[in-house]
Amino acid sequence: MKQLYVAPSPHVHGSDTVSKNMYGVLIALIPAFICSVIFFGVSSLIVTLTSVIACVLFEYLIQKFLLKQKPSVCDGSAILTGVLLAFNVPSNLPIWIIMIGALVAIGIGKMTFGGLGSNIFNPALVGRVFLLISFPVQMTTWPKPMGFDTSYVDAETGATALSILKEGLMGGKSISELQASLPQVNDMLLGNMGGSLGEVAALALILGLVWMLIKRIITWHIPVSIIATVFIFSGILYLCNPEQYICPVFHLLSGGLLLGAIFMATDYVTSPMTKKGMLIYGVGIGLLTVIIRDFGAFPEGMSFAILIMNAVTPLINRYCKPERFA
Amino acid sequence: MNILLITIISLCAIGVLSAIILFLVAKKFKVEEDPRIDTVCELLPGANCGGCGFPGCRGLAEAAVKADTLDGIMCPVGGATVMEQIAAALGREVVAQAPKVAVVRCNGSCSNRPRTSKFDGARSCAIMASVYGGETDCSYGCLGCGDCVSACQFGAIAMNPETGLPVVDDEKCVACGACVKACPKMVIELRNKGPKNRRLYVSCINKDKGGIARKACSAACIGCSKCVKECAFDAIKVENNVAYIDFNKCKLCRKCAAVCPTGAIKLVNLAPLPPTPPAPKAAPAQPAEKPAAN
Amino acid sequence: MLKSFKIGGVHPPENKYTAGCAIQVLPTPDKVIIPLSQHIGAPATAIVQKGDKVKAGQVIATAGGFVSANVHSSVSGTVLDVAPVKDAAGLLKPAITIQVEGEEWADEVVKTTKNIDEFEKEEIIKAISDAGIVGMGGATFPTHVKLSPPPGSKAEYLIINGVECEPYLTADHRLMLEKTNEIIAGIKLVMKAIGVNKAIIGIENNKPDAIAKMQAATTTTMGIDVCPLKVRYPQGGEKQLIKATIGRSVPSGALPIAVGAVVQNIGTIYAVYEAVMLRKPLVERVVTVTGESLKNPGNFLCKVGTPISKLIEAAGGLPEDTGKVIGGGPMMGRTMINIDSPVMKGTSGVLILPESKSARGEMHPCIKCAKCVSACPMGLEPYLLATITEMTGDLERLEKEKIMDCIECGCCMYTCPANRPLLDYIRLGKGRTGAMIRNRSQKK
Repeated sequence: MKQLYVAPSPHVHGSDTVSKNMYGVLIALIPAFICSVIFFGVSSLIVTLTSVIACVLFEYLIQKFLLKQKPSVCDGSAILTGVLLAFNVPSNLPIWIIMIGALVAIGIGKMTFGGLGSNIFNPALVGRVFLLISFPVQMTTWPKPMGFDTSYVDAETGATALSILKEGLMGGKSISELQASLPQVNDMLLGNMGGSLGEVAALALILGLVWMLIKRIITWHIPVSIIATVFIFSGILYLCNPEQYICPVFHLLSGGLLLGAIFMATDYVTSPMTKKGMLIYGVGIGLLTVIIRDFGAFPEGMSFAILIMNAVTPLINRYCKPERFA
Repeated sequence: MNILLITIISLCAIGVLSAIILFLVAKKFKVEEDPRIDTVCELLPGANCGGCGFPGCRGLAEAAVKADTLDGIMCPVGGATVMEQIAAALGREVVAQAPKVAVVRCNGSCSNRPRTSKFDGARSCAIMASVYGGETDCSYGCLGCGDCVSACQFGAIAMNPETGLPVVDDEKCVACGACVKACPKMVIELRNKGPKNRRLYVSCINKDKGGIARKACSAACIGCSKCVKECAFDAIKVENNVAYIDFNKCKLCRKCAAVCPTGAIKLVNLAPLPPTPPAPKAAPAQPAEKPAAN
Repeated sequence: MLKSFKIGGVHPPENKYTAGCAIQVLPTPDKVIIPLSQHIGAPATAIVQKGDKVKAGQVIATAGGFVSANVHSSVSGTVLDVAPVKDAAGLLKPAITIQVEGEEWADEVVKTTKNIDEFEKEEIIKAISDAGIVGMGGATFPTHVKLSPPPGSKAEYLIINGVECEPYLTADHRLMLEKTNEIIAGIKLVMKAIGVNKAIIGIENNKPDAIAKMQAATTTTMGIDVCPLKVRYPQGGEKQLIKATIGRSVPSGALPIAVGAVVQNIGTIYAVYEAVMLRKPLVERVVTVTGESLKNPGNFLCKVGTPISKLIEAAGGLPEDTGKVIGGGPMMGRTMINIDSPVMKGTSGVLILPESKSARGEMHPCIKCAKCVSACPMGLEPYLLATITEMTGDLERLEKEKIMDCIECGCCMYTCPANRPLLDYIRLGKGRTGAMIRNRSQKK
């Protein structure tokens, strides 16, 4: 008689797989990617491709030659890290800097901890923050959206909405004086402003969120709690002094807030496991972001806020237990 | 200048205050302990393997200091030398114990014991044992997932990829018994290491009737009792269709191995007797000079 | 909005191929093997010897303790042997083998002339205990023990489990359709035995015909309600069913009686009816034999002790591409390697999976997606329990993380995108933690 399989129950499995989730997130990123190509031209395509290829290559090389494991680049996690890293840098960043970012993201952010599933910090953000601190000039030279453009580096450069605001406030101006130089809400929704290549188009990012919620790739807890916290906290500050603190809608649509809340903070590996934990984590990110933006030296605080809360995640997991049956 | 002074004075004050608190706390919560416990503890290897049956080395030290004799207290890792030192430190009698080693009582290599089903659960003997008797028709033998290997703190067990059975390294094994506890099928036994590491044992625990056992594994003990008849020292017993050699009675004469029809009796560091049956005077290479002390 | 339990759960494909197949009576085989331990608790003690003549329905082994059950001969014939026989997992288990001769029933198996209302409480429980009835949903807990609540507790509701949330299985579904009146009578008997005047029949909404039939049959009876439930696994878990039907949560570590509920499976209720009204012990049951590649899947009424291979033969023979044979449903059933092992009191189904569906998927590292946490109907953290068991084996921690609450439903593993063997490890950790807790209470 031929050999039968023997295993403990259950004997059926849902069709969910790791790569399905990873590719699901990638699909959700497509609208934002299209917007960035429209606004920043071919350069954003080059940056994204470089970053993805570098991340996949580094992961493959590290797994094959350093860790002597079976390479698992097909699961899509390295591609996702590459895309997210690219989305967090200006579209005119020199290619060699992107390569360094990819090496740091995969090498230090992910593989040193043991690869997928073991890392404490979001790899793409580790790469991004490393680049921000190491190459501050290149990382804060933002190309102005010029419409579809085939050139790579010669685009005209300008500041992001948040840095215009920060510099203005530091220079002693009030918000009503700065209003003219800040982008309008409809431009911000579409992404017609300076910024990292994937973070500008708010509507496209929200479309991605809806897709991921429908596909049950993520739950609403983290993005909603971040957005609500930022809105409420910055709203309170705005009501206290509208000349010093800008309105909450501006906070929500500017910088990397939506990209971070929807795609970076919801990274499975580095976010809490329970619903309650996710809410605490989201509120923490929201508070830290507004604090850094309004009171800190950096114009943008999303990356730092997520990394700080990543570090708190194990603690949250330890103390936030799911709702027990009884 | 003023700020400097205030800083220095306040820091010093905090330091003094903390020192006083620490002193008081240390005084109040001091635990009186027999100083000999520390002495014994230092003599022990400090592996905290639990092989002695006490919770770690300190547990053994406490028990040794408390008890009147060292009877029943044995550090398998340190062995006789360490126990002698402990006895000297405590002024007690040494209780001699023969050194032991873990042996795997299963011959079911891939060629001896064909696989008849595919286990598809997590690779763990404990999990496989909770589901069924294993991937072969022998439901007693080694399951081959290596729970013993991960239980060994001394790196003394490794799986042999060819046979699918664990192999114990005599040199590294300290007979702590962790593998014995980890094995859900109780395949591993601690036996006397034997003189010059020479020993023999029945490498099978299959309790099925001879025919069934033989069908499942060509090297199974079939409980035929030939070895019992051959043994001059009354060291072998057959119970539940499987033979067992008492290592305290065995004189390593190897006659049992010579008559075993399936080769279930395994010789370690011993040459088999010459196959020619008319060799009644075939004395063991080392006539039991050091019969295992009891 | 249909009623359901509140947290977790999954919805595997239902695959109820045999829902439309009427129950067929399987011919008595030549030989039956009746294991002595077909229930949770102490094994029964054999009271017959090799060579004895037995009649169908005769006691051949008596309960080995309070939590145990009698075992009856399902056939008439000669005892061939009282010796261990290999069970479905290939392990030797004590059993009585009987050669079938004739179709003679024991004298005491006669239809009672009494009316349902004339039975006394003790009389019903005695009949159930004598008949060796155990929970037939698969847990096989002796029914008379369940119906004798510990002193100080009072049952308020009898909840009938007609959920059959396991994919593929349809035995209870068919019983509800074909034996409706008998089941209602059985429910009345059990209500009387535990002294309640309210009974709720929970049926998953994927069996509209059974819901309609039961509703029609209960319109005239007071106190018995049918409660359609959302199709969600594990709706038929005891604690989940109580939550769904009466909205009460059984506390951690407690029995359903703590919230005034007693849960019985449809198959058990039918067995109670037969035991009390027909004086017929539990010697046969309905088994669903199903699978994608089977020629004639169906629901079969067969004698306890019938070799499973006979059932498979009746369903068209073991298909060529068989990869796995499962006793029970796909979520909680146990794989078998010995298909000549017998049908037991708790065998609710035989599922044959083709080779292509048998092997587990490739395992990946845990990506901490928290889907197992969301799917767990007991509100546990399966990833954590499995990791602790695998890595540290810290039983105290496992106990604190409520591993003993796990109902082993398999939702965590079903949903895991990384194909982690979560339940394998949790079950191991649960077993070890349970042993530790028992040791501790013995020491005290």
